[in-house]
Amino acid sequence: MEIPEEEFLAPGHRACAGCGATIGVRLALKMLGENTVAVSATGCLEVITTPYPETAWKIPWIHVAFENAAAVASGVERALKSQGKDDVNVVAFAGDGGTADIGLQALSGAMERGHNIIYICYDNEAYMNTGVQRSGATPYGASTTTSPYGKESFGEDKPKKNIPMIMAAHGVPYVATASISYPEDFMKKVKKAKETDGPAYIHLHQPCTTGWGYDPSKTIELGRLAVETGSWILYEIVDGEFKVTYRPMQRKPVNVYLESQKRFKHLADEEKERIQNYVDQICAELKI
Amino acid sequence: MTSIGATVKEPGSSKHYKTGSWRTFKPILDKDKCIDCENCILFCPEGCINKDYDIDYDYCKGCGICAEECPVKAIKMERE
Ligand SMILES: Cc1ncc(C[n+]2csc(CCOP(=O)(O)OP(=O)(O)O)c2C)c(N)n1
Ligand code: SF4
Ligand code: SF4
Ligand code: SF4
Ligand SMILES: [Mg+2]
Repeated sequence: MEIPEEEFLAPGHRACAGCGATIGVRLALKMLGENTVAVSATGCLEVITTPYPETAWKIPWIHVAFENAAAVASGVERALKSQGKDDVNVVAFAGDGGTADIGLQALSGAMERGHNIIYICYDNEAYMNTGVQRSGATPYGASTTTSPYGKESFGEDKPKKNIPMIMAAHGVPYVATASISYPEDFMKKVKKAKETDGPAYIHLHQPCTTGWGYDPSKTIELGRLAVETGSWILYEIVDGEFKVTYRPMQRKPVNVYLESQKRFKHLADEEKERIQNYVDQICAELKI
Repeated sequence: MTSIGATVKEPGSSKHYKTGSWRTFKPILDKDKCIDCENCILFCPEGCINKDYDIDYDYCKGCGICAEECPVKAIKMERE
Protein backbone atom coordinates (compact mmCIF):
# COMPACT_ATOMS: atom_id res chain seq x y z
CA MET A 1 0.00 0.00 0.00
CA GLU A 2 1.22 3.49 -0.89
CA ILE A 3 1.48 5.49 2.35
CA PRO A 4 1.32 9.26 1.88
CA GLU A 5 4.38 11.07 3.16
CA GLU A 6 2.69 14.22 4.33
CA GLU A 7 2.15 14.72 8.06
CA PHE A 8 -0.92 16.56 9.34
CA LEU A 9 -0.02 16.43 13.03
CA ALA A 10 2.96 18.60 13.88
CA PRO A 11 5.62 17.66 16.44
CA GLY A 12 5.98 19.68 19.62
CA HIS A 13 2.74 18.22 20.98
CA ARG A 14 2.84 17.33 24.67
CA ALA A 15 2.02 13.61 24.60
CA CYS A 16 4.02 11.33 26.89
CA ALA A 17 7.06 9.84 25.15
CA GLY A 18 5.84 6.71 23.36
CA CYS A 19 2.15 7.73 23.25
CA GLY A 20 0.05 5.45 21.07
CA ALA A 21 -2.75 7.98 20.54
CA THR A 22 -0.60 10.31 18.45
CA ILE A 23 0.62 7.40 16.31
CA GLY A 24 -3.01 6.53 15.55
CA VAL A 25 -3.94 10.09 14.64
CA ARG A 26 -0.86 10.55 12.43
CA LEU A 27 -1.70 7.41 10.46
CA ALA A 28 -5.40 8.28 10.16
CA LEU A 29 -4.72 11.81 8.92
CA LYS A 30 -2.30 10.52 6.28
CA MET A 31 -5.20 8.61 4.73
CA LEU A 32 -7.80 11.36 5.18
CA GLY A 33 -5.60 14.08 3.68
CA GLU A 34 -5.76 17.85 3.91
CA ASN A 35 -9.38 18.17 2.84
CA THR A 36 -10.51 17.17 6.31
CA VAL A 37 -12.05 18.81 9.36
CA ALA A 38 -11.34 17.11 12.68
CA VAL A 39 -13.32 17.26 15.90
CA SER A 40 -11.98 16.07 19.27
CA ALA A 41 -13.68 15.22 22.51
CA THR A 42 -12.01 16.29 25.73
CA GLY A 43 -9.31 13.82 26.69
CA CYS A 44 -5.61 13.20 26.28
CA LEU A 45 -5.59 13.80 22.55
CA GLU A 46 -7.26 17.20 22.83
CA VAL A 47 -5.06 18.29 25.72
CA ILE A 48 -1.72 17.16 24.27
CA THR A 49 -2.33 18.54 20.77
CA THR A 50 -3.67 21.97 21.72
CA PRO A 51 -1.67 23.61 24.50
CA TYR A 52 -3.16 27.08 23.94
CA PRO A 53 -2.09 29.21 22.11
CA GLU A 54 -0.52 26.42 20.08
CA THR A 55 -1.96 23.59 18.02
CA ALA A 56 -0.38 20.49 16.52
CA TRP A 57 -3.18 20.19 13.95
CA LYS A 58 -2.41 21.25 10.40
CA ILE A 59 -6.05 20.89 9.34
CA PRO A 60 -9.10 22.70 10.76
CA TRP A 61 -9.86 21.25 14.17
CA ILE A 62 -12.57 21.94 16.72
CA HIS A 63 -12.98 20.99 20.36
CA VAL A 64 -16.11 21.46 22.41
CA ALA A 65 -16.65 19.05 25.30
CA PHE A 66 -16.11 15.55 26.65
CA GLU A 67 -19.53 14.22 25.69
CA ASN A 68 -20.38 15.62 22.31
CA ALA A 69 -17.75 14.90 19.65
CA ALA A 70 -20.32 13.08 17.53
CA ALA A 71 -22.87 15.90 17.87
CA VAL A 72 -20.27 18.52 16.90
CA ALA A 73 -19.12 16.40 13.94
CA SER A 74 -22.78 16.09 12.86
CA GLY A 75 -23.16 19.87 12.96
CA VAL A 76 -19.94 20.45 11.03
CA GLU A 77 -21.04 17.95 8.39
CA ARG A 78 -24.46 19.61 8.00
CA ALA A 79 -22.94 23.10 7.85
CA LEU A 80 -20.48 22.07 5.14
CA LYS A 81 -23.27 20.38 3.24
CA SER A 82 -25.44 23.50 3.33
CA GLN A 83 -22.47 25.40 1.86
CA GLY A 84 -22.32 22.86 -0.94
CA LYS A 85 -19.03 21.41 0.28
CA ASP A 86 -19.81 17.74 -0.03
CA ASP A 87 -16.22 16.63 -0.59
CA VAL A 88 -14.80 17.48 2.86
CA ASN A 89 -14.08 14.61 5.27
CA VAL A 90 -15.40 15.15 8.77
CA VAL A 91 -13.65 13.03 11.36
CA ALA A 92 -14.25 12.82 15.10
CA PHE A 93 -11.61 11.50 17.49
CA ALA A 94 -12.75 10.57 20.97
CA GLY A 95 -11.32 8.46 23.75
CA ASP A 96 -12.92 5.34 25.17
CA GLY A 97 -14.43 7.38 28.00
CA GLY A 98 -15.76 9.94 25.53
CA THR A 99 -17.21 7.11 23.46
CA ALA A 100 -18.26 4.18 25.65
CA ASP A 101 -19.47 6.33 28.55
CA ILE A 102 -20.38 9.99 28.41
CA GLY A 103 -20.45 10.38 24.61
CA LEU A 104 -22.50 7.29 23.81
CA GLN A 105 -25.83 9.10 23.51
CA ALA A 106 -24.46 11.75 21.13
CA LEU A 107 -22.73 9.04 19.13
CA SER A 108 -25.86 6.89 18.91
CA GLY A 109 -27.84 9.90 17.71
CA ALA A 110 -25.30 10.75 15.02
CA MET A 111 -25.24 7.15 13.79
CA GLU A 112 -29.03 7.01 13.78
CA ARG A 113 -29.34 10.27 11.81
CA GLY A 114 -26.93 8.89 9.24
CA HIS A 115 -24.43 11.74 9.04
CA ASN A 116 -21.60 11.34 6.59
CA ILE A 117 -18.91 11.32 9.28
CA ILE A 118 -15.99 9.15 10.35
CA TYR A 119 -15.84 8.51 14.07
CA ILE A 120 -12.60 7.09 15.46
CA CYS A 121 -12.54 5.98 19.06
CA TYR A 122 -8.92 5.83 20.24
CA ASP A 123 -9.18 3.28 22.98
CA ASN A 124 -6.55 3.30 25.72
CA GLU A 125 -8.99 1.52 28.01
CA ALA A 126 -9.36 4.15 30.74
CA TYR A 127 -9.70 7.88 31.43
CA MET A 128 -6.03 8.68 30.97
CA ASN A 129 -6.20 12.46 30.86
CA THR A 130 -7.60 12.69 34.37
CA GLY A 131 -5.33 10.05 35.91
CA VAL A 132 -6.39 6.54 34.87
CA GLN A 133 -9.96 6.05 36.05
CA ARG A 134 -11.90 3.08 34.69
CA SER A 135 -14.22 3.45 31.69
CA GLY A 136 -16.78 1.09 30.19
CA ALA A 137 -13.98 -0.03 27.88
CA THR A 138 -11.57 -1.01 30.66
CA PRO A 139 -10.95 -4.76 30.39
CA TYR A 140 -11.70 -7.31 33.07
CA GLY A 141 -9.01 -7.49 35.75
CA ALA A 142 -7.29 -4.18 34.98
CA SER A 143 -6.31 -2.08 37.95
CA THR A 144 -7.19 1.61 37.62
CA THR A 145 -7.52 4.31 40.28
CA THR A 146 -11.27 3.66 40.47
CA SER A 147 -10.99 -0.13 40.12
CA PRO A 148 -7.86 -0.63 42.21
CA TYR A 149 -6.66 -4.05 43.20
CA GLY A 150 -6.20 -4.78 46.89
CA LYS A 151 -7.76 -6.78 49.68
CA GLU A 152 -11.31 -6.06 48.53
CA SER A 153 -10.86 -6.20 44.77
CA PHE A 154 -8.87 -7.81 41.98
CA GLY A 155 -9.35 -4.79 39.71
CA GLU A 156 -12.07 -4.11 37.13
CA ASP A 157 -14.82 -6.68 37.64
CA LYS A 158 -16.77 -6.19 34.41
CA PRO A 159 -15.85 -7.24 30.87
CA LYS A 160 -15.00 -4.60 28.27
CA LYS A 161 -18.12 -3.00 26.81
CA ASN A 162 -18.44 -4.01 23.16
CA ILE A 163 -18.87 -0.63 21.51
CA PRO A 164 -18.13 -1.63 17.90
CA MET A 165 -20.95 -4.19 18.05
CA ILE A 166 -23.27 -1.57 19.58
CA MET A 167 -22.39 0.64 16.60
CA ALA A 168 -23.02 -2.26 14.22
CA ALA A 169 -26.47 -2.68 15.79
CA HIS A 170 -27.28 0.81 14.48
CA GLY A 171 -27.06 -0.65 10.98
CA VAL A 172 -24.45 1.88 9.82
CA PRO A 173 -22.62 1.07 6.56
CA TYR A 174 -19.11 0.72 8.00
CA VAL A 175 -17.80 -0.50 11.36
CA ALA A 176 -14.27 -1.72 12.03
CA THR A 177 -11.85 -2.49 14.82
CA ALA A 178 -8.16 -1.70 14.38
CA SER A 179 -4.86 -1.43 16.20
CA ILE A 180 -2.02 1.06 15.86
CA SER A 181 0.33 -1.94 15.70
CA TYR A 182 -1.17 -3.05 12.36
CA PRO A 183 -0.83 0.20 10.42
CA GLU A 184 -1.72 -1.14 6.96
CA ASP A 185 -4.86 -2.81 8.25
CA PHE A 186 -5.83 0.38 10.09
CA MET A 187 -5.07 2.71 7.19
CA LYS A 188 -7.03 0.59 4.72
CA LYS A 189 -9.98 0.82 7.09
CA VAL A 190 -9.64 4.59 7.34
CA LYS A 191 -9.65 4.74 3.54
CA LYS A 192 -12.82 2.63 3.40
CA ALA A 193 -14.41 4.79 6.10
CA LYS A 194 -13.56 7.88 4.07
CA GLU A 195 -15.15 6.40 0.94
CA THR A 196 -18.28 5.30 2.82
CA ASP A 197 -21.38 7.35 2.15
CA GLY A 198 -22.88 7.69 5.62
CA PRO A 199 -21.56 7.07 9.12
CA ALA A 200 -18.37 5.05 9.59
CA TYR A 201 -17.07 3.92 12.96
CA ILE A 202 -13.54 2.69 13.72
CA HIS A 203 -12.54 1.43 17.15
CA LEU A 204 -8.76 1.81 17.42
CA HIS A 205 -6.90 -0.07 20.14
CA GLN A 206 -4.06 2.08 21.45
CA PRO A 207 -1.61 1.10 24.19
CA CYS A 208 -0.81 3.84 26.73
CA THR A 209 2.55 3.67 28.47
CA THR A 210 1.48 5.80 31.43
CA GLY A 211 -1.85 4.18 32.19
CA TRP A 212 -0.96 0.57 31.45
CA GLY A 213 2.49 0.63 33.03
CA TYR A 214 5.12 -0.53 30.53
CA ASP A 215 8.29 0.91 28.99
CA PRO A 216 7.45 3.56 26.33
CA SER A 217 9.49 1.69 23.71
CA LYS A 218 6.97 -1.21 23.90
CA THR A 219 3.85 0.62 22.71
CA ILE A 220 3.71 -1.15 19.35
CA GLU A 221 4.73 -4.49 20.88
CA LEU A 222 1.88 -4.28 23.41
CA GLY A 223 -0.69 -3.57 20.70
CA ARG A 224 0.66 -6.52 18.76
CA LEU A 225 0.47 -8.81 21.79
CA ALA A 226 -3.17 -7.84 22.32
CA VAL A 227 -3.96 -9.03 18.80
CA GLU A 228 -1.64 -12.05 18.76
CA THR A 229 -3.20 -13.36 21.99
CA GLY A 230 -6.75 -12.86 20.71
CA SER A 231 -7.43 -10.22 23.36
CA TRP A 232 -8.22 -7.70 20.61
CA ILE A 233 -9.69 -8.86 17.31
CA LEU A 234 -9.31 -7.03 14.01
CA TYR A 235 -12.46 -7.12 11.89
CA GLU A 236 -14.75 -5.00 9.76
CA ILE A 237 -18.45 -4.98 9.05
CA VAL A 238 -19.30 -3.61 5.61
CA ASP A 239 -23.03 -3.15 4.99
CA GLY A 240 -23.73 -5.78 7.64
CA GLU A 241 -21.17 -8.26 6.29
CA PHE A 242 -18.75 -9.33 9.07
CA LYS A 243 -15.15 -10.26 8.22
CA VAL A 244 -12.07 -10.88 10.35
CA THR A 245 -9.26 -8.91 8.66
CA TYR A 246 -6.29 -10.45 10.46
CA ARG A 247 -5.81 -13.88 12.00
CA PRO A 248 -2.78 -14.61 14.18
CA MET A 249 -0.78 -17.56 12.78
CA GLN A 250 -0.77 -19.17 16.17
CA ARG A 251 -2.55 -17.56 19.09
CA LYS A 252 -0.23 -16.77 22.03
CA PRO A 253 -1.36 -17.40 25.62
CA VAL A 254 -3.09 -14.33 27.08
CA ASN A 255 -0.64 -14.40 29.96
CA VAL A 256 2.14 -13.01 27.72
CA TYR A 257 0.06 -9.89 27.20
CA LEU A 258 -1.11 -9.59 30.81
CA GLU A 259 2.32 -10.06 32.36
CA SER A 260 3.90 -7.27 30.38
CA GLN A 261 1.74 -4.57 31.98
CA LYS A 262 1.57 -3.21 35.51
CA ARG A 263 -2.24 -2.91 35.41
CA PHE A 264 -2.56 -6.74 35.26
CA LYS A 265 0.49 -7.73 37.34
CA HIS A 266 -1.54 -8.44 40.48
CA LEU A 267 -3.87 -11.00 38.87
CA ALA A 268 -3.99 -14.45 40.43
CA ASP A 269 -3.87 -17.61 38.28
CA GLU A 270 -7.60 -18.05 38.74
CA GLU A 271 -8.41 -14.65 37.24
CA LYS A 272 -5.93 -15.11 34.42
CA GLU A 273 -7.57 -18.42 33.62
CA ARG A 274 -10.96 -16.76 33.54
CA ILE A 275 -9.60 -14.21 31.05
CA GLN A 276 -8.03 -16.97 28.92
CA ASN A 277 -11.33 -18.89 28.86
CA TYR A 278 -13.22 -15.77 27.87
CA VAL A 279 -10.78 -15.07 25.01
CA ASP A 280 -10.87 -18.74 23.91
CA GLN A 281 -14.65 -18.63 23.73
CA ILE A 282 -14.75 -15.51 21.56
CA CYS A 283 -11.96 -16.78 19.31
CA ALA A 284 -13.71 -20.15 18.91
CA GLU A 285 -16.84 -18.36 17.70
CA LEU A 286 -14.78 -16.45 15.16
CA LYS A 287 -12.53 -19.39 14.25
CA ILE A 288 -9.35 -17.57 15.28
CA MET B 1 -22.05 39.90 19.45
CA THR B 2 -20.97 36.43 18.55
CA SER B 3 -18.51 34.43 20.55
CA ILE B 4 -16.47 31.73 18.87
CA GLY B 5 -14.34 30.68 21.81
CA ALA B 6 -10.58 30.46 21.58
CA THR B 7 -9.03 30.17 18.15
CA VAL B 8 -5.50 29.37 17.08
CA LYS B 9 -4.68 30.70 13.64
CA GLU B 10 -1.32 29.11 12.86
CA PRO B 11 -1.66 25.44 11.81
CA GLY B 12 0.91 23.15 13.38
CA SER B 13 2.23 25.90 15.67
CA SER B 14 3.19 23.35 18.33
CA LYS B 15 6.42 23.08 16.32
CA HIS B 16 7.60 26.21 18.14
CA TYR B 17 7.86 24.10 21.28
CA LYS B 18 10.87 21.81 21.22
CA THR B 19 10.28 18.55 23.04
CA GLY B 20 13.82 17.23 22.42
CA SER B 21 14.83 18.39 25.90
CA TRP B 22 12.60 15.65 27.39
CA ARG B 23 14.98 13.00 26.10
CA THR B 24 17.33 10.89 28.21
CA PHE B 25 18.11 8.32 25.49
CA LYS B 26 18.95 9.34 21.95
CA PRO B 27 18.24 7.13 18.91
CA ILE B 28 21.20 6.84 16.54
CA LEU B 29 20.20 5.51 13.10
CA ASP B 30 22.78 3.68 10.99
CA LYS B 31 21.73 4.28 7.37
CA ASP B 32 24.12 1.58 6.12
CA LYS B 33 22.21 -1.06 8.02
CA CYS B 34 18.76 0.30 7.10
CA ILE B 35 16.62 -1.80 4.72
CA ASP B 36 14.01 0.92 3.99
CA CYS B 37 11.10 -0.82 5.72
CA GLU B 38 9.79 2.55 7.02
CA ASN B 39 8.68 1.07 10.36
CA CYS B 40 10.47 3.81 12.28
CA ILE B 41 8.80 6.55 10.22
CA LEU B 42 5.32 5.05 10.65
CA PHE B 43 5.53 4.35 14.35
CA CYS B 44 7.25 7.49 15.67
CA PRO B 45 4.69 9.25 17.90
CA GLU B 46 6.26 12.61 17.04
CA GLY B 47 6.46 12.02 13.29
CA CYS B 48 10.02 13.32 13.51
CA ILE B 49 11.83 10.87 11.20
CA ASN B 50 11.80 12.06 7.58
CA LYS B 51 11.86 10.01 4.36
CA ASP B 52 15.67 10.15 4.28
CA TYR B 53 15.71 8.65 7.80
CA ASP B 54 17.03 11.81 9.44
CA ILE B 55 15.79 12.11 13.01
CA ASP B 56 14.79 15.59 14.12
CA TYR B 57 16.34 15.80 17.58
CA ASP B 58 14.53 19.08 18.25
CA TYR B 59 11.41 16.96 18.83
CA CYS B 60 12.48 13.35 19.44
CA LYS B 61 11.47 12.45 23.01
CA GLY B 62 13.65 9.34 23.08
CA CYS B 63 10.79 6.88 23.52
CA GLY B 64 12.75 4.10 21.79
CA ILE B 65 9.85 2.82 19.67
CA CYS B 66 11.86 3.24 16.45
CA ALA B 67 14.75 1.16 17.83
CA GLU B 68 12.35 -1.48 19.16
CA GLU B 69 10.51 -1.79 15.84
CA CYS B 70 13.52 -1.77 13.53
CA PRO B 71 13.77 -5.31 12.11
CA VAL B 72 17.54 -5.09 11.50
CA LYS B 73 18.56 -3.23 14.67
CA ALA B 74 19.80 -0.24 12.68
CA ILE B 75 18.80 2.11 15.50
CA LYS B 76 20.63 2.18 18.83
CA MET B 77 19.54 4.10 21.91
CA GLU B 78 22.41 5.96 23.56
CA ARG B 79 22.31 7.82 26.85
CA GLU B 80 22.45 11.59 26.28
C1 LIG C 1 -18.64 16.55 31.61
C2 LIG C 1 -17.23 16.32 31.96
N1 LIG C 1 -16.91 15.47 32.97
C3 LIG C 1 -15.64 15.23 33.29
C4 LIG C 1 -14.62 15.86 32.61
C5 LIG C 1 -13.19 15.61 33.01
N2 LIG C 1 -12.49 14.78 32.03
C6 LIG C 1 -11.73 15.32 31.07
S1 LIG C 1 -11.03 14.18 30.06
C7 LIG C 1 -11.71 12.92 30.98
C8 LIG C 1 -11.43 11.49 30.64
C9 LIG C 1 -11.14 11.21 29.21
O1 LIG C 1 -11.05 9.83 29.03
P1 LIG C 1 -11.06 9.22 27.58
O2 LIG C 1 -12.24 9.67 26.83
O3 LIG C 1 -10.87 7.75 27.69
O4 LIG C 1 -9.79 9.89 26.87
P2 LIG C 1 -8.25 9.74 27.27
O5 LIG C 1 -7.93 10.86 28.20
O6 LIG C 1 -8.07 8.40 27.90
O7 LIG C 1 -7.52 9.86 25.99
C10 LIG C 1 -12.49 13.40 32.02
C11 LIG C 1 -13.20 12.59 32.99
C12 LIG C 1 -14.98 16.76 31.57
N3 LIG C 1 -14.05 17.39 30.85
N4 LIG C 1 -16.27 16.97 31.28
S1 SF4 D 1 -1.47 9.22 29.23
FE1 SF4 D 1 -1.38 7.66 27.61
S2 SF4 D 1 -2.79 8.37 25.99
FE2 SF4 D 1 -2.38 10.10 27.36
S3 SF4 D 1 -0.67 11.21 26.39
FE3 SF4 D 1 0.24 9.78 27.87
S4 SF4 D 1 0.65 7.90 26.69
FE4 SF4 D 1 -0.76 9.16 25.46
S1 SF4 E 1 12.97 7.62 19.92
FE1 SF4 E 1 10.74 7.84 19.73
S2 SF4 E 1 10.46 10.03 19.37
FE2 SF4 E 1 12.61 9.61 18.96
S3 SF4 E 1 12.68 9.21 16.76
FE3 SF4 E 1 12.47 7.23 17.79
S4 SF4 E 1 10.26 6.84 17.78
FE4 SF4 E 1 10.55 9.04 17.37
S1 SF4 F 1 13.00 0.64 10.98
FE1 SF4 F 1 15.18 0.26 10.64
S2 SF4 F 1 15.28 -0.75 8.65
FE2 SF4 F 1 13.24 0.11 8.81
S3 SF4 F 1 13.43 2.12 7.83
FE3 SF4 F 1 13.82 2.46 10.01
S4 SF4 F 1 16.03 2.28 10.27
FE4 SF4 F 1 15.51 1.42 8.27
MG1 LIG G 1 -9.10 6.67 27.39
